[in-house]
Formats: sequence, C-alpha cells, structure tokens
Amino acid sequence: FEASANPAPGEVAGLPILPRSSCLTLSADSESSPSPSPGGGAASPVLQINNGPSLTGLATIATHLVKQAKKEQLLGKTAEEKAVVQQWLEYRVTQIALPCTKEDTRVILKDLNLYLEDKVYLARNNFTLADILMYYGLHHIIIDLTVQEKEKYLNVSRWFNHIQHYPGIRQHLSSIIFMKNRLFTNA
Amino acid sequence: MRLYLSEGSPQGLKVLAAAGASGARVRLERVPPDGHVVPFLTHPRVPALHLDSGTFLFSPNAICQYFFLLAGKEHTDLTSQWLEWEATELQPAVSTALYGHVVQGKKGGEVLGAIRKTLAYIDQSLTSKTTPYLTGEAESVADIVLWATLFPVLQDEFCLPDELQALRSWFRIMNLLEPCRNAVESVLTPKGAEQFKAYLQKQPVSCLHSEKPATNEPEEEELAQRSLSEEEIAAAADAWAKGAAALPERWQPQSPILPVEGRRNVLITSALPYVNNVPHLGNIIGCVLSADVFARYCRLRNWNTLYVCGTDEYGTATETKALEEGLTPQQICDKYNTVHTQIYQWFNISFDYFGRTTTPHQTTIAQEIFHRLLERDVLLTDTVEQLRCERCERFLADRFVEGICPFCNYEEARGDQCDKCGKLINAVELKKPQCKVCKGSPVVKTSQHLFLDLPQLEGRLEQWLEQSWATGDWTANARFITRSWLRDGLKPRCITRDLKWGTPVPLEGFRDKVFYVWFDAPIGYLSITANYTAQWERWWKNPQQVELYNFMAKDNVPFHSVVFPCTLLGAEDNYTLVNHLIATEYLNYEDGKFSKSRGIGVFGDMAQDTGIPADIWRFYLLFLRPEGQDSAFSWHDLLLKNNSELLNNLGNFVNRAGMFVCKFFDGRVPPMELGTDDKRLLAHVTLELRQFNQLLEKVRIRDALRCILSVSRYGNQYIQVNEPWKRIKGPAADRTRAGTVTGVAVNIACLISIMLQPFMPDVSATIQRQLCVPQACNILTDTFLCLLPPGHQIGTVSPLFQKLELDEIEALRQRFGGGQTHAAHPSPGARMSPMPGAGSGLARDPQRAKELAEAVTQQGNHVRQLKTSKAEKGQIDAAVATLLELKKQLALAEGKAAEVPAPKGKKKK
Repeated sequence: FEASANPAPGEVAGLPILPRSSCLTLSADSESSPSPSPGGGAASPVLQINNGPSLTGLATIATHLVKQAKKEQLLGKTAEEKAVVQQWLEYRVTQIALPCTKEDTRVILKDLNLYLEDKVYLARNNFTLADILMYYGLHHIIIDLTVQEKEKYLNVSRWFNHIQHYPGIRQHLSSIIFMKNRLFTNA
Repeated sequence: MRLYLSEGSPQGLKVLAAAGASGARVRLERVPPDGHVVPFLTHPRVPALHLDSGTFLFSPNAICQYFFLLAGKEHTDLTSQWLEWEATELQPAVSTALYGHVVQGKKGGEVLGAIRKTLAYIDQSLTSKTTPYLTGEAESVADIVLWATLFPVLQDEFCLPDELQALRSWFRIMNLLEPCRNAVESVLTPKGAEQFKAYLQKQPVSCLHSEKPATNEPEEEELAQRSLSEEEIAAAADAWAKGAAALPERWQPQSPILPVEGRRNVLITSALPYVNNVPHLGNIIGCVLSADVFARYCRLRNWNTLYVCGTDEYGTATETKALEEGLTPQQICDKYNTVHTQIYQWFNISFDYFGRTTTPHQTTIAQEIFHRLLERDVLLTDTVEQLRCERCERFLADRFVEGICPFCNYEEARGDQCDKCGKLINAVELKKPQCKVCKGSPVVKTSQHLFLDLPQLEGRLEQWLEQSWATGDWTANARFITRSWLRDGLKPRCITRDLKWGTPVPLEGFRDKVFYVWFDAPIGYLSITANYTAQWERWWKNPQQVELYNFMAKDNVPFHSVVFPCTLLGAEDNYTLVNHLIATEYLNYEDGKFSKSRGIGVFGDMAQDTGIPADIWRFYLLFLRPEGQDSAFSWHDLLLKNNSELLNNLGNFVNRAGMFVCKFFDGRVPPMELGTDDKRLLAHVTLELRQFNQLLEKVRIRDALRCILSVSRYGNQYIQVNEPWKRIKGPAADRTRAGTVTGVAVNIACLISIMLQPFMPDVSATIQRQLCVPQACNILTDTFLCLLPPGHQIGTVSPLFQKLELDEIEALRQRFGGGQTHAAHPSPGARMSPMPGAGSGLARDPQRAKELAEAVTQQGNHVRQLKTSKAEKGQIDAAVATLLELKKQLALAEGKAAEVPAPKGKKKK
C-alpha cells in the first residue's frame, strides 16, 4: 500500500485495526499524489493499493481498511446500524471537515449532545468506525473547550472521554482531561 | 418506516428514487421545508427517515444506502467512494449552480460552468470503465444518488456538451429508469428548476461553496429546459396530423445493390465465423446478429445498404478437423458452411449475401493485393526454423508434434507446452520429436517466410486512424485495444504458412506455402462481395461514397484496426477502409463460459430445438448485448424478460390497442379529437423515437431496444389512465374520448411495429399483419405520424407472445448444463464431437481424444445401466470412479486443464 496526502494522517494511520508498523505508509507530499477528483485533490486522502485501483475519501478508505482487517463489526451489524454508521461518517466529512465558524461549532456540539443523551456510542450500544472518525474530527474542537463548556456538553464529553480511552484509538493525539465532578451546577 | 419529504427539496428526489429502486416500503409524510422532524437537530433537515425502532436517519445518502441494505445490497468500496464524493464535492458544486441559476438568475452556460469539472470527472470515470453504470453492469445506489443530484440542474442529457458522451448516455439511461421517473413525477412540478427556489432561498449562502469556473473556455452551451415545451407539443401534434402523406418514398435498391451517387451508402460486414465450429449464442450476438439489427435499421432509414458475411474456411484448424472426421478440408468446409447458413437463416439474419472464403475470387484478390504489396516493397523475407515430417511431406504445426520435454524429460510433451512442468516449449527444442499423424521423426528445417512490414506502414496507419476516429463511431474497446497495440510498437508480421489448405502464395520460392489466415480472412470481405457482384470494386474501392461498418467481438479488433488497414494502405489502391468499428465484449453462459466440449451453453443449432421462437432469442440476446461490458446469458433472466417486458409490457399493449379497435369500433380505427394530454403523449413518444434514432445511429443497439419498451410503457399508462373500456359504455362525450384514446393507442402500436422491425422481424410482421399496416409505412423518420387514419380497417388481433413457465425453463437449463456439470448424463452437447478444435490451440491429441471420448461414452452407458438395474452401491461407485478418470484423461488429451466435472452429490472418494 501507499497512501498519500492526508490533512489528518492520524485518522487513517490511527485506526486501531492496523498496527502502526503495518504496510501502510503515509506521506504528506501532495505533489506526488494523483488528484482524481476535481477540487478535492489536496483535501481528500488517497489510498493507493498495490497494483489496484486507488481509493479516495476519508470515509471510503477507512471503511476499506476496516474490511481488509476483517473487523466488519466496526461498520455495524444490522442494516439499521450500518446506515447509522454511514450517516455519521458522512456527517464527519461534510459537517466537521469544513472550517467551522464559532456558531457552526456550537450547533454541532449542541446537536451531538442531544443525540448522545441516551446512547453510549454513536450507533447506540456498539463501538463503531463512526466513533473513531468522529473522535478524530472533533479532537481539535474539544481541546479548545473550557471546563464550563465541557460540562455544558456533558454527553459529548462523556462519549469523547470514553472513546479516547478505548485501547489503540488515541494514537498520537493528546489526551484531553475531563473533570469527574461537576463544577457548574446549572449547566 | 416514515419518510419525511418537503416540497421542492432537491434531496427528496434521491431518497424517493432509491426507495423505488430498492423496493423499500415507506410511508411518505410531506412537511414544510423548515419543518422540524429530527428531534436532536437544531437546523431542519429533510428528507429524514424515521425507522420503526425510533432511530432517525437525517442524511440523504445514508437513507439511500439503508434502502439498498434492506434489499440485501451491501455497499462496496466503489459505491462508498462515489457517495462520499457526491457528498463532499458534487453536492456543494450543484447547490452553488442551482442557487446561481434559480435565485440569482444566472444563465445556462454559467450554471454548467460551475459544475463542469465535476461533470467531466463523472464522464471520465464512465469512459475509462466502459460499464454502463458507475459501479458496474447494474445500477447501484451510487447511480441513483448522483443522478438525483444532477437532475435538478440538467433535467435531461441534451444540455450536456457533446464531448461528455459517456455521461450523456448514462444520464439518459438513468432518466429512463422507472424508479427515477416515478421520483421525478412525485417530487417535481412542471415548473422545472424554479420549484427549488423557495427552498434554496432559505438556505444560508455561506453553506454554498463556490468553484471558480474554468476561465479561458467559451461558455456557450445553453442550459435547455427540456421538460416538454409548448412548441414541442404543438410540433408533435402537427407532425402527427400530416399522416402517411408525410412519409418519404421507400428506397428500393436495385439488384445487385451498388453505391448510388447522392445517397448514403452503407456497407456492413460481420466478422467471418470460422467454419469448423457451430457458433454459440455469444458468437451470434457478437457479430452477425448485431450487424443484422443495424443493417435492417439502415434499410428502414432509406439508406442504401449492403450487408455481407460468410464463413472463413482456410487454415490449420480446418485441416485438423478434416483429419479428425476423415474428410477432405473442402468437404469439411462444405458441411459446416451449410450448418452456419441454416443457423443464420433460422435466426432471421438478413444478409444480402452470405458467402465463403474458399472461392476463386478469394485467390485472385488476395494474390493481387499481395503483388501490390510486393511491388511497393512493404514485404520482408526472413527464415524460420520449423519441424518437418518428411514422410507426410509437410511442416508440422505445433499441435502436430510430440516429444520429450527439454526441461523435465516428460515423454509426451506437446509442441508448444509441456503438460508436466508447464513450461512453454519451442517445438524445435523437443527431444525425439514425433509427428503425431504418422509417428515418424520430423527434422528441423529452415523455412523462408514473408512478413508484412508493419513498422514501415505505422505512420500512414496512425494518420488514417486519427481521421477515422475523429469522424467515425468506434466503440471504446476498439479504440482502447488499437491504442495499446500502437503503444507497444508494431513488428513485422508473418503472412505465410507451411500448409496446404489456403490461398497459394504466387511467388517463386514460396509456391508450397499459403497465406496465413489472418492475412487471408479479411480479404474475404472483398472476395465475398465479388461473388455477389462483378462490380464489387464500387463498394470496396470507393471511400468517397461508401461508409464501412465492421461488426465483431473484441478479440478480432487488432486485425481490423491495425493489420488489415495496413495491408490495404500498403497496397495503395484507394480501398474503402473501416469508418465505424463496432466491437462487443463477451457473452458468458450462466456463471461460466460456453463450452462445446463439455456441452455447456446453447449453440446455434440447438436454439431451435428449445421451442422458443427465434425472435425471442433475438430479443433476449439484444437486450443483454455485451455493449461496454461482458454480460451473461441466464435462463431465468430470459424467462423474466420474456414474461415481463415482452408479454406484460409490449405484447399486452399492442394486443389491447388492437382489441379495442376490434371490439368497440368494429375493426375500424375511430375518429380522434386530440386534447392536451394526447398531444403531450405524442410529444413524449416523439422524444423516445428521436432518442431511438440517435442511439441506433451510434450503433447503441441495446439502449435503443429500451426506447421501444419505453414507448409501449407510455402506451400502457395512457390506456390505463383513460380507461376506454369504461368510457365506451358512457355518454357520447365519453365514447368520443374512448375513440380518441383507442385511435392514438393503435397508432402507437403501429409505430412500435416499425421500430421493432430490426430487432424482432417476425413479431413486427405479425403486428403489421394484424393491424394491416401498409408496407409503405416501413420507414423511420424523426416524427411520429398517424399512419392508421380513422376508418382504417385492421385485421384479426391475437396475442403475440407466450408465457414461459418456470419448469420449462428449468428443464432447458438442466439440459444445456448451465451452472451444472454433466458427468454421467450425456447432454445434447455430447453428441457433438468432443474436440473443441476452434483453432485456439486446444486440440492437443485428436486421436487419443477420440478414443477416450468413446470410452467415456461407453463407461457412461455402463454407469447408467448399473443405476437402472439398482446394482450395489460399491459397484456403481467404482464404475463412476473409472468414468471420472477417463474424463480426466480426455480433458488432458484435449489440452484443457484437468478439471473434472464431478457428478452432483457423488464426489469421488
């Protein structure tokens, strides 16, 4: 394999399903990467499979690697779960990939918080690829949150903390500290 | 589950189409565009799907995928890649374009400019894959999603620029899909893109991305709004009213057919089938049938058309076959030429002349071309080392030699490959070589051969190709194969052979040789025409007046695009070179390949034994014509297509239209008073007819067939909505209406009979007989005319098609071995010679194979006897094991991999 040009290389390399020393190498050299999709060249990661067709797109590549590693359960077991996983992958590449305004960020966190109110993971009770990619996508947002905001989006915080402690997930990303006891009672 | 939709949301189209395509059952709920459906989302998102479990899906692509998942269609890397691309690239670009068009009032060119790059990307992907759909042979969720996203801006393929050929045809096919059409009807109103205005205006501009249109390109194309304009409807109605008077006179070519100054002169050839084999369905659809449809179409268009073909008869394979059957090569050719002729007659192939290559004309013309090449110094001489059997007085082709393998010392190594170590062998390297015919020892002799100097002709070839590709229709695979040949560089090619059965080489020192078949065979086109008319040169030395179409399967492309054109260019005699090279991919049989030796597949001579009429075979083969990608014949699919498309759709419509005339109007076409709805229908049918013409002009036979089915679908809907059988019993106004509907319907049936003529000539004739359509009507133009005017008397109407039953089809499937293996049952195929002998190097040991085949038959009978007499199991098992061993040896002797078809449930211990 040869993969290239990824804005957040960790997202692919960090998949827990492949050891870091595996055959996957990443380079940030976008010059050498084919640019198969218009307007997407620099933004979309490309996975070049030995002698095979290349794959473009974060969610597509991640899904492919999950299948390669025979961890299909990460894509959901039932049709419904699969669709939910796909939905959050799409959410990840359409809503979170773009440069967000403060207002956008607020809406994302608010919605997610409400959604996670009665769920352990994005696909309810099962850990899936959606959790992994959303974790990577949100890291740069969560890291900037104040203690008060983290408490305000309590369900997101609970979920995020859970995922970052999932074995093999965090990779090179920094661990984010969440307070165990609540400081702001009327959050 | 409930699907929430809002009026004018462009995304609604995709989920509706996906629901339709996957057969998902949903309850539709209409909500306003700003309706809150998904409880946890701040911004309203419609469409949304509320599952029975309580889960909400709010992303349109996920909803579409879910529908397909429910139908058991998992997503693949390719579909997810397209969906992701659609979500991240296409969707934003289209939103911008749509926003610019609808809200800001930008003009067509500007709008297309914004999405030009994304369109080009889709087109490029379609072109490079050469599959009709984005991810393969059948439409997937990716096709539905992309189509639905593009539909609001494009509406139909006509606004796409010409260079986006592949995209155009894909989009057109998608537009015709039933789920897509239904989705359009259900979501869209006739306001076109305008209906999205309200919705789009509510979207914040910031969420729309802008893509800079390419700067220095002219932006002229207008974005045409092709939802039937008033003018079109009026034009269709006017044209209709002109009736048969508007028909041009039918062109009746003289006999023999010769090019005529000022007319379009079309010369059609189909690849010459090799004589020593019975053609299978794949051979038939690959060339003769495809060419036949086109030839018939050309005649319907009043073009002056000549369609020639014939059997290719010279070469080693014929000699082998002759040896095997104990006949002379000429007797073999006579025998199989008859077999071919009969098969094509049964399939209703309308050759103007079906000839053969073993004629004096072939010798004269081939030798003349050879002399011209010789004079122009484009032939080279070189020495080739070959084994020669002095006793048989001939050089031995690889398949006639056996010896000890120089690598592993295996004793029965073949002339080209060792069965034991698998290494490729040069026949002269064999230790102790042996002639397989007389068992004598051949000796290495050098032999002089002539070569066509292709490198010298390469420049001229490329120049010609450039021009032919620019002006002609070459299928994508033909261009691709030709390009790859040129890319690898051309080498001199040997044009002579040390054989007896061929066209003699008229040159001192080469008198005992003949022309190699690939040099000889294409010249057959010329000589066959020469046998048809003494004035053959008016076709073949007349590129100014003649347009030449070559039909073939893709394996024949290099000979027609590189080698034969080089021969003709080198001979410099103003030859007519191919303008349009139409190559098909391969047709497979059920899950595998056609195999004569294993009795798998349907061969030309067996098709008639099935009791299924020739036209049904033609229809099904054309329906799955391997255009762009390999396709597979399937018995169950044949049943399905016959019962759904022919019986329920086309047959049903034509029959009802005729029956109404007979039952309600005494067999006379009633007077018609056209209202708006009727005129709209005329316009729709006219559009389909134009589409049909456009497709067939580009030889897209399979797609064109679908247009006919669309016309009949329009007809069925029209009858269904207007219910003439009820109205005929109503008050006067209703009875008039019933008359109009019946009259229009029977005229559509008449149009169908003409459009169908190239595809199903017998059915077409039957319809025309039933409706008493005058012969003069058999002309296709771009307009839909009222050819059966009020008062026209029709004949007796009866059903056109018969239902195929499952058990009948299952029996045929068993009989022809589709997906099954025949160990103990000799299929009809086993009556055939066990030799494949297709000249493809498969026949390794004719004698031994023949003996073994007999042994297999005997042993097979023995096994059956044991079984019928209820012998002991152990005894039967032993006999079966022997049978399997024999079959294995037979396979080896035939030069095939020793894969032994095991009898079902009776695996060897």
